[in-house]
Amino acid sequence: MNFEERQKKAIADWEELERGARPRIYIGSATCGRAAGALKLVGVIEAELARHNIQADIVHVGCIGLCYLEPLVDIVKPGRPRISYANVTPRNVGKIIEEYLVNDNPSPELALGVLSETALDGIGRFSDLPMLKPQVRIVTANCGIIDPEKIEHYVGRGGYGGLVRALGMTPEQVIEEIKKSGLRGRGGAGFPTGMKWEFCRKAPGDTKYIICNADEGDPGAFMNRSLLESDPHSLLEGMLIGAYAMGATEAYIYVRAEYPLAVERLKLALKQMEEWGLVGDNILASNLSLHIKIKEGAGAFVCGEETALIASIEGRRGMPRPRPPFPAQAGLWGKPTNINNVETWADAASIMRKGAEWYAGHGAEKSKGTKTFALAGKINNTGLVEVPLGTPLRKIIYEIGGGIPDGKAFKAVQTGGPSGGCLPASLLDLHVEYESLAQAGAIMGSGGMVVMDEDTCMVDVARYFLTFTQSESCGKCVPCRVGTRKMLDILEDITKGKGQPEDIDLLLDLSEAIKAGSLCGLGQTAPNPVLTTVRYFRDEYEAHVREQRCPALACKDLIAFYILPDKCVACGICLRNCPAQAIAGAKKMVHVIDQSKCTKCSTCLDVCPVKFSAVAKVSGEQIEVPGEPTPVTALERDKVAASK
Amino acid sequence: MDVKTGNKLQEIFPRYKGRPEELIPLLQEVQAELGYLPEDVLLEISHFLKVPESTLYGVSTFYAQFKLNPVGKKMVRVCRGTACHVRGAAKVLEEAEKRLGIKDGETTEDLEYSLESIACFGSCALAPVMVVDKEVHGRMTTARVKDVLGNSK
Ligand SMILES: Cc1cc2nc3c(=O)[nH]c(=O)nc-3n(C[C@H](O)[C@H](O)[C@H](O)COP(=O)(O)O)c2cc1C
Ligand code: FES
Repeated sequence: MNFEERQKKAIADWEELERGARPRIYIGSATCGRAAGALKLVGVIEAELARHNIQADIVHVGCIGLCYLEPLVDIVKPGRPRISYANVTPRNVGKIIEEYLVNDNPSPELALGVLSETALDGIGRFSDLPMLKPQVRIVTANCGIIDPEKIEHYVGRGGYGGLVRALGMTPEQVIEEIKKSGLRGRGGAGFPTGMKWEFCRKAPGDTKYIICNADEGDPGAFMNRSLLESDPHSLLEGMLIGAYAMGATEAYIYVRAEYPLAVERLKLALKQMEEWGLVGDNILASNLSLHIKIKEGAGAFVCGEETALIASIEGRRGMPRPRPPFPAQAGLWGKPTNINNVETWADAASIMRKGAEWYAGHGAEKSKGTKTFALAGKINNTGLVEVPLGTPLRKIIYEIGGGIPDGKAFKAVQTGGPSGGCLPASLLDLHVEYESLAQAGAIMGSGGMVVMDEDTCMVDVARYFLTFTQSESCGKCVPCRVGTRKMLDILEDITKGKGQPEDIDLLLDLSEAIKAGSLCGLGQTAPNPVLTTVRYFRDEYEAHVREQRCPALACKDLIAFYILPDKCVACGICLRNCPAQAIAGAKKMVHVIDQSKCTKCSTCLDVCPVKFSAVAKVSGEQIEVPGEPTPVTALERDKVAASK
Repeated sequence: MDVKTGNKLQEIFPRYKGRPEELIPLLQEVQAELGYLPEDVLLEISHFLKVPESTLYGVSTFYAQFKLNPVGKKMVRVCRGTACHVRGAAKVLEEAEKRLGIKDGETTEDLEYSLESIACFGSCALAPVMVVDKEVHGRMTTARVKDVLGNSK
């Protein structure tokens, strides 16, 4: 069979599956689904189907992005739309299946939504869920819908159509199309992709390389993992298009070691491409030839930087080198090389499939198209979302993300990982675009958004990021190696209450020097978390330095726990649970914490029953309490109050 | 080097062409087989790839993945990424240290467990996260550390 025949069959098969005569059960089994126990459901589902003698297909799909609702299970009955169930457990999955497939009751109270145009039997539309409604899913269109281990599913939904269209154009026309789409790099810096491709195309040389950067090192970011696990062919198609446009014949995918499932799925996808004639020599009988290799990273953040990544592929320590020459002129083995992020490649495939104008119809003036963001931290709806660029932060955090848990107050959102910044509540109406984020002192970065609430100390967050960059600095240039160490020392002092008033300005001076003097992006952006936290939360720094007080009650060295004598009823729970044996007390005697033994683990506060709320956490103040256990008064007083 | 290790290397080497750029994948495969990279094995690899010993040492100490000392049968990894950090990763790590009786980066004397902290597993939506061998455990609490690790000390 040639590609066209296979494509026809795949499309027909996909439609058949959608309409199919047998019931189907979809299980979200990307890493987050698995971590939430998705694979444990399979056995239970199979047993339940066998018990009722039902012939059904079980389809493993990737991640739809509603990670906080995992495990997700969807059920399709022939002739009916797909119904999605959230937080499914081995205990209720059997019941859900029995009720729907046997008793024809779709259990609306357990259903999340139906994947169709209209609501069904009291179940609302899936796409109307608050987390999904504002989304525009282009790069994630297949995620959670298809089986990522089946190339037929990808092709059945239009996959590799972009490649076919590109092959019908000249390479220059393809580059023109990418330029027209306005696509900018999704790996961090936002450089226009079409221009980058053009540099590489025009660079002299017969052998050219393309690289997919799947190193995704920013902590708090998992967009690339999710795409690799849920729809690996999308970025592979993009790479084929890029290779054709640039005249490259060799390709590498550099994946970080912490993503075993992604590597597994990429390997499988490559094997399928071989079978389909989509990789190797003369792809689809054209003059395009591309050989793709997978390289696994070995746990070094700096290898996400393009020149370090190249050094790592060459088998060396992953240390960046000065640019120019840029990789487009002299990259891997000194040959012209183009590096793009996973999402950039996948976007290129969508653009070629549906056209530059369609793509540029989404997004903002200077930031076209859509971008995926990973929502994590103190936010209700954690997961992966895709929105048009230009969407306000507030919409992403409150509408899509569902706001802050436990009624706490929003404090900041951190974008761009260790190179980015913390944006305060006053900037919630900021539109998420490359330029606006940079003006605010942060960066778009690869798409991680970690939300922080009132309990998060911004000085501690700055210290956290410097710990990270300091240990990941490759050590080649002095400003980054020594500078980040110095900044970390100062930040550690401040979080311990040992900061000096002049330290804050010293941090700012050091930041400027490190930004100006560092060799690569790691050092040049490492001060951003400090600069933004000082800019927007200087009062927190001042409180630490001047009053030895942590307003968020987070820095261990600056907080203390006390048991309030007028509230303690001597129930003994804290005493039994204290891991440091720092609590003294007895029956009917108010308990007392020995401050010299207390490790500030907060166990006493966590276990003290809410109705007593007898443990107080404070910073910068002392509460007068007796030094020894004294007789309980709280109960007597309550009794008196009750008798009145 | 014991005979068994020597045989393993003889099995692995023919899969490589002996070129310097194969260093990292080769180290990865050897470590996957042996658990860590003993000194005499590194020397063997240096001969095979014709890469100076200094380079080998440089590369194997640059990347966090490579272990130059034996590790435990079970690898317990606790995420300290941003999302996990703001959701209490420090407490999870502390509890794991207490349960296993070792510090971050150490291995128990009986070589049963190793403990290390990692920058991010990409499962941030389920923060805080702990990974034992290949199994990802999300939404960790100190109580759940006890469940996952038991009284392994
Ligand atoms: C320290 C550092 C880490 C980086 N990590 C990544 C990464 O994990 N993934 C990525 O795509 N780009 C990363 N980059 C950016 C790359 O150097 C490069 O700009 C990018 O891969 C280009 O692809 P794009 O144009 O598609 O964005 C990093 C840069 C620096 C300085
Ligand atoms: S921050 Fe912990 S898994 Fe990403």
